[in-house]
Amino acid sequence: MSQDFLYLRRKLTNRIALFTAMLAMVIGLGFLIAILWTLLKNGMPAISKRVFTEITPPPGESGGLLNAIFGSIVITGLGTLIGTPIGILIGTYLAEFGRGSWIASTVRFINGILLSAPSVIIGFFVYALVVARMKHFSAYAGACALAIILIPVVVNSTENMLRLVPNSLREAAAALGAPQWKITVMVTYRAAKAGILTGVLLGVARIGGESAPLLFTALNNQFWSTNLSSAMANLPVTIFQFAMSPYEDWQSLAWAGALLITSGVLLLNIIARTLLRRKAMG
Amino acid sequence: MSTVTPAPSAKLIVKDLNFHYGKFHAIKNINMSIPDKRVVAFIGPSGCGKSTLLRTFNRIFELYPKQTVTGEVLLNGVNILDRRQDTNKIRAKIGMVFQKPTPFPMSIFDNVAFGAKLYQNLDREQLIARVQWALEKAALWNEVKDKLKQSGASLSGGQQQRLCIARAIAVRPEVLLMDEPTSALDPISTAQIEELINELKKDYCVTIVTHNMQQAARISDYTAFMYMGDLVEFNETGRVFTKPQVQLTEEYITGNFG
Repeated sequence: MSQDFLYLRRKLTNRIALFTAMLAMVIGLGFLIAILWTLLKNGMPAISKRVFTEITPPPGESGGLLNAIFGSIVITGLGTLIGTPIGILIGTYLAEFGRGSWIASTVRFINGILLSAPSVIIGFFVYALVVARMKHFSAYAGACALAIILIPVVVNSTENMLRLVPNSLREAAAALGAPQWKITVMVTYRAAKAGILTGVLLGVARIGGESAPLLFTALNNQFWSTNLSSAMANLPVTIFQFAMSPYEDWQSLAWAGALLITSGVLLLNIIARTLLRRKAMG
Repeated sequence: MSTVTPAPSAKLIVKDLNFHYGKFHAIKNINMSIPDKRVVAFIGPSGCGKSTLLRTFNRIFELYPKQTVTGEVLLNGVNILDRRQDTNKIRAKIGMVFQKPTPFPMSIFDNVAFGAKLYQNLDREQLIARVQWALEKAALWNEVKDKLKQSGASLSGGQQQRLCIARAIAVRPEVLLMDEPTSALDPISTAQIEELINELKKDYCVTIVTHNMQQAARISDYTAFMYMGDLVEFNETGRVFTKPQVQLTEEYITGNFG
């Protein structure tokens, strides 16, 4: 009898736990779906050829987001170019060269803080360091701010991916007489290539949608500009400005921009996932 | 029928060797002389220090912190444990094959060429010849000659291990250290590797750690029995297995341990 009771109780506990977990999932996914749905509903009608061919309009006129799209690509791209090598080198130091040293544990600790630092503070920091000295906003400053946000993400993922490479592989290379830099470059990097690249892509996805740090650094520009040392339009700040405005044209462009950024982030995530999966298979 | 074999000259001489993992005394005062062109097998229960001993012979233990060694290991009369000796050059002379096959994430050709390129200036043709030579020596050439550009990971476990042996001998070492090279392999691959070891001893001083006593009996000329960090007995394999001098050895090889 008591065995039956135990069995029933276990079954009931299982049901309750499963139900709670499903409920939590529904709530979490519900918000995500609601966001995506609103975004698609408002963003899709706003997407047209003009969005990609015309620059941001003055209030009351129609236009596109060309300068903002271009600016976002340039600033994010430049930030990635600056941040990726630094991040990969630091991650390599932590995983390969500084193992067990106090410098490595200190760097890892600070990197953890940087990883969770509010991006607005990083924007303000770059404002004080670059913008205030140059006395004007610039795409360079924006790229710097984004690079600072990207670095800890890449450091973290690079270190983790390198640590996944089994020590036996390093030993095997060392046993042939290979110096450590050669082991790292020729063997460990190769083994962790897909993982490191995935980390960079996820980092790019992260900085692609940042608005706060750009508000302090690249600011915005109503006009077409390719000058990196002056203020440059970009999607996040444009969305911020247009969404807050009372003009319907602007609001609709803000929806288009939001949809573009979200699709970009989604695309990067899909690429990253495919890379990892392909690596897992072979 | 008896073949006359000249008394083997010593290739590695171990003097007063002690090894510590932190405070743990893993190898206790070992003295032995390892002959050239012979196979020396190290047997003993898990944790007896046989792998640790092998790992001092090429200083691979130095990759990890808190491992210290005292004493000497002489290769051709030179103490390789001397701090002034270049670790990487020593490792180029003393090759190692590990328990699990460890193909590098690159092509079969590049795997074998990797070590060979490190310390020798080989032009393209010499390198190709060297890779073929090593793969032939490792009895793998016929199986891979048409797919040298394929990834090393695409081979079977036994083939991967022979690839690792080819990679080790492509450097042209003088000594080959093998740390349980067949423990992850099926019986057929094991037999192939054992046959290979028999061939390799014509040119190299081969030391092998094994958990398999039959394997030690089959392939080695000398057997060293280790227990709790001590070298209990070291003699010709036939003698160790038929007339062990120490009670402990006899108990271990007959399976009446403890």
